[in-house]
Amino acid sequence: MASQVKATIMDPEGVRRALFRIAHEIIERNQGVADLVLVGIRRRGVPLAGRLQAIIREIEGREVPLGILDITLYRDDLTSRLEQPLVRGTEIPFSIQRRTVVLVDDVLYTGRTVRAALDALMDLGRPQQIQLAVLIDRGHRELPVRADYVGKNVPTSRREEVSVRLEEIDGEDMVVIEQLPHDVEVDADGAA
Amino acid sequence: MGLRSKDILALQEMTWEDMQLILDTADSLREIISRPIKKVPTLRGKTIVTFFHEPSTRTRTSFEIAAKYMSADTASITASTSALTKGETLKDTAYSLEAMGVDCLIMRHGVSGSCHFLARHVNGSVINAGDGTHEHPTQGLLDMMTIRRHKGRLAGLKVAIVGDVLHSRVARSNIWGLTQAGAEVVLAGPATLLPEQMPGLTVPAYTSIEDALRDADVVYVLRLQRERQAKGLLPSLAEYARNYSINRVRLALAKPDALLMHPGPMNRGVEISSEVADGERSLIVEQVTNGVAVRMAILYLLLGGAA
Repeated sequence: MASQVKATIMDPEGVRRALFRIAHEIIERNQGVADLVLVGIRRRGVPLAGRLQAIIREIEGREVPLGILDITLYRDDLTSRLEQPLVRGTEIPFSIQRRTVVLVDDVLYTGRTVRAALDALMDLGRPQQIQLAVLIDRGHRELPVRADYVGKNVPTSRREEVSVRLEEIDGEDMVVIEQLPHDVEVDADGAA
Repeated sequence: MGLRSKDILALQEMTWEDMQLILDTADSLREIISRPIKKVPTLRGKTIVTFFHEPSTRTRTSFEIAAKYMSADTASITASTSALTKGETLKDTAYSLEAMGVDCLIMRHGVSGSCHFLARHVNGSVINAGDGTHEHPTQGLLDMMTIRRHKGRLAGLKVAIVGDVLHSRVARSNIWGLTQAGAEVVLAGPATLLPEQMPGLTVPAYTSIEDALRDADVVYVLRLQRERQAKGLLPSLAEYARNYSINRVRLALAKPDALLMHPGPMNRGVEISSEVADGERSLIVEQVTNGVAVRMAILYLLLGGAA
């Protein structure tokens, strides 16, 4: 896509600090990590959840279970998208029954991905509580959804795209705002 | 991303890219089968009809269960209770079903090519669940999935398909699929049950089962189709079993880590001994599980995107 970088929102240090703070907030709010599980939403929520797991291990000396959620099968736009999304699969090899699930994603936008993720989690069991952690909240909600932990709030226009780049997938840690060509609006929370 | 065709009719016509897409998607969906709540909402509002002109337990049930796990609605017709017995043509039945809003027809029929015929006359998707002695593509795909899950690949493997190749649509789908995937396929069976030749394909065929099994990575045993015999192709079942039944001694000719497969239903003691069918190399039960996953994948890929 012919988009150009408008501004850098976070550099590698910024990403690291935000995740470090979120990890502390998760521990503080839940008074430890006893019943906690982390679930990353494919695709960029997965490495973020992995990093939170590592930071929590450093602070608390405990391993929090880590799962991967693919929301493709729960999307509300399957019939209206031009391209059929690939199903990459959910990998949650533990019970979420009566646990506190911290759902992790890169960007919170319309809230539709989170809605799909909540439905997908409910089909796997009945957690005691679900909390949401995101690196960026860019506004423009279309559903009544809010995050419990936010790396950074970034006011955006719909003509812009927030691009989160992560070492594990993109080879660098960076969050930038890109200007889309004039006739394009970003739909939903970006592609799965 | 998506399949190139609205129908799944034959692996002979399918590209390896499309097969890989189905196998990858099936690997991802398989986990749903072992959940406490085996349902995802993906195909809500889609209607699927199974239309079987020949008996089946596993294939039909597998399709219906796959559809239900994906939240599609299903109805089923059997030839003996349908208006076909009143003389209605296949085409007219299909038009009626389409007029009711059916999105996908899954058909098994005794005549080779009947699913192609149907697919030309309806706008919805048609899935071939077995047409005569031609193909059974979803069986071929579930077998490929099973092999790939255990060996990690298909290319370069030697797969020995043994038994009643002549009548087997399962064998044909596997031959087309596996050769496209880069596997080496060899056939074995009595001369009367080996096809003379398959257009466009040269697959070695042996009448000595020992020759075919040597160094095989997979031993694929076909069902002896007793209902299609009747023409004196076999002297007796006992003689067939003596020369071609896969038992412990014959299985030992294949590689030490060879996989044993059978599409079911088995004639125990005829083409396969109970000892190996229930043994540790047997993947026969897992094939059934993977069958549901492959059919979920196909239904998602055909019906789960933009219309």
